[in-house]
Amino acid sequence: MSSLTLHDVRFVEPEATRNYITQDYGALSWLFTKDHKRIAILYLISITALFILGGFFAVVMRIELLTPEGDLLTSDTYNKFFTLHGIIMIFFFLIPSIPAVLGNFLLPLMLGAKDLAFPKINLLSWYLYIIAAVMGLYIIITGGVDTGWTFYTPFSTQFSNTHVFGVTFAAFIVGFSSILTGLNFLVTIHRMRAPGLTWFRLPLFVWAMYATSIVQLLATPVLAITLVMLMFERVVHVGIFDPALGGDPLLFQHMFWFYSHPAVYIMILPAMGVASEVVAAFTRKKIFGYQFVAYSSLAIAFLGFLVWAHHMFVAGISVYSAMIFSFLSYFVAVPSAIKVFNWTATLYRASVSLMTPMLYILGFIGLFTIGGVTGLFLAAIGLDVHVTDTYFVVAHFHYVMVGGAVMAYMAGLHYWWPKITGRMYPEWWARLAALLVFAGFNLTFFPQFVLGYLGMPRRYHAYAPEFQVLNVMSTAGASVLAVGYALPLCYLLWSLWYGRPAGPNPWGAVGLEWTTASPPPMENFHETPVVTWDAYDYPAMMKAMGETQNV
Amino acid sequence: MADVTTTEINHSEHAPHVHITPMWIYLTVFFALAVGTVLTVAASRFDLGMWNTPIALVIATIKAVLVILFFMHVIHSPRLTWVVVIASFLWLGVLFVLMFADYLTRAWNIY
Repeated sequence: MSSLTLHDVRFVEPEATRNYITQDYGALSWLFTKDHKRIAILYLISITALFILGGFFAVVMRIELLTPEGDLLTSDTYNKFFTLHGIIMIFFFLIPSIPAVLGNFLLPLMLGAKDLAFPKINLLSWYLYIIAAVMGLYIIITGGVDTGWTFYTPFSTQFSNTHVFGVTFAAFIVGFSSILTGLNFLVTIHRMRAPGLTWFRLPLFVWAMYATSIVQLLATPVLAITLVMLMFERVVHVGIFDPALGGDPLLFQHMFWFYSHPAVYIMILPAMGVASEVVAAFTRKKIFGYQFVAYSSLAIAFLGFLVWAHHMFVAGISVYSAMIFSFLSYFVAVPSAIKVFNWTATLYRASVSLMTPMLYILGFIGLFTIGGVTGLFLAAIGLDVHVTDTYFVVAHFHYVMVGGAVMAYMAGLHYWWPKITGRMYPEWWARLAALLVFAGFNLTFFPQFVLGYLGMPRRYHAYAPEFQVLNVMSTAGASVLAVGYALPLCYLLWSLWYGRPAGPNPWGAVGLEWTTASPPPMENFHETPVVTWDAYDYPAMMKAMGETQNV
Repeated sequence: MADVTTTEINHSEHAPHVHITPMWIYLTVFFALAVGTVLTVAASRFDLGMWNTPIALVIATIKAVLVILFFMHVIHSPRLTWVVVIASFLWLGVLFVLMFADYLTRAWNIY
């Protein structure tokens, strides 16, 4: 028999063979690998290092904000710290996090393929990432940059005397890493699905990665062009953004946000994909409204391109276009709400297993909803005028990016950790960490909504004394959050040596990735699987398992 | 058809056909691009008032389309490639239309 059937694939444990970790040894076998799983591990190590660095800047900022006076950092250093925190967390952690780590590892496994469509380009994307990261580190050591992660003109082109050119060049390079990953995923999903794996049998994680890849491919080049124009303007004064030379500073904001608003969806769409996988696995149910959830990913990817100027309501754009952008911004809430309602409907009357990944995802659903709804506040022009550039905005986007994207990344990391490493993580510690992250996160960022509404502006190292109580709460929360993030780093490393062997399918989940060994062999599957079942076919699986047990 | 080699065996997505464009097409396109460049330079010598930019953009667009269709082989590519190319231009359209929604109505604020 040349192919596996539904029954074989689900219930026959593949024989233990050499896996992708033990296939080859030595640093060079990793640095020159073309295997998507190894490249995912390279990304995992790299983005974890940069997450720690970005987190360091955040922690120092929170310590500075314990007191109203600017007593720990000078204002110039503080400007550099929030800039570096933003640049590192967005370009070097959040954007590559789920796609480049979990997507790289899982996409071929979920599709029943041996690798991505372009393995060498996959490795190239990691090298581009590393080149950009090394440039960024060099710039940090030699003085940093103080423009904010948004590089707004005219400050960045005319006034800042920090390393604007170098850091924008690094962002330009890391953008190509993102483009190449997106391109690779799109081609892989189109061309390398296993026999029988039709579009509507795909896991929703794959749909989410598909939508993400479209955004990466269409938006990131605009960032690249914008940054090149910024570099030209700064170095040779070509007059694109400088009004004195016939340019327009708002043109930079338009073009920057044409990328950077969809970039939010590069971060959150994969998170939504993880949520769908985890909700299905830990409720033992099909995702309610599968097709709606799948199409809503594409809808978010498209609508996300139509709303960018809601970042510019007070920048001086015409009020008429502001009204159009405000109106369009509300539309994005529709597909996002479709997803949240469908996950909730899946949870309804389900026997929910509260394992660590599910805890993170329950947190994700709640926190993302708060982040999304406060986004609607900001899309309303009148309210936005009141809270622009305050901590309300800071709280809003941290609810989306940390409460949403990072929570889902942690969920995915725990959910697929047994597949990636072949070892189980310690469940008790992991649950504790998930609860610490949830509690610490809310204590950090909820007070910031209040601070912002009361009028505390963002990006200052000193503030009015009446804001101190809420700031102390926020810093206390950040300490809890830091412990919550440090714990997984320790116990996941511990589990590599001492974790219980996981077996191919520790969660009893469906999906092709769970049909192969943990860790998977180099070629992923010994035989190409033939898919004859729908995604999340838990009812059929449970029925079949009952029959197996009765034999 | 003597100088055109086309594998017509399988047009499905999984086996893209190979199309070798004859040399004279490349030369013709190259000539057209050169003419376009000469036209661009020539047009810049005359002051056409408000038509200065539109004319330069029209010539540039025609040149870009020639490059995309022939040098990038889109004209002989499968339908999916066409979808990708057209979608990219639609996205560019989104960027332009919504940006001009700001620029063209900014003056309306003065009242």
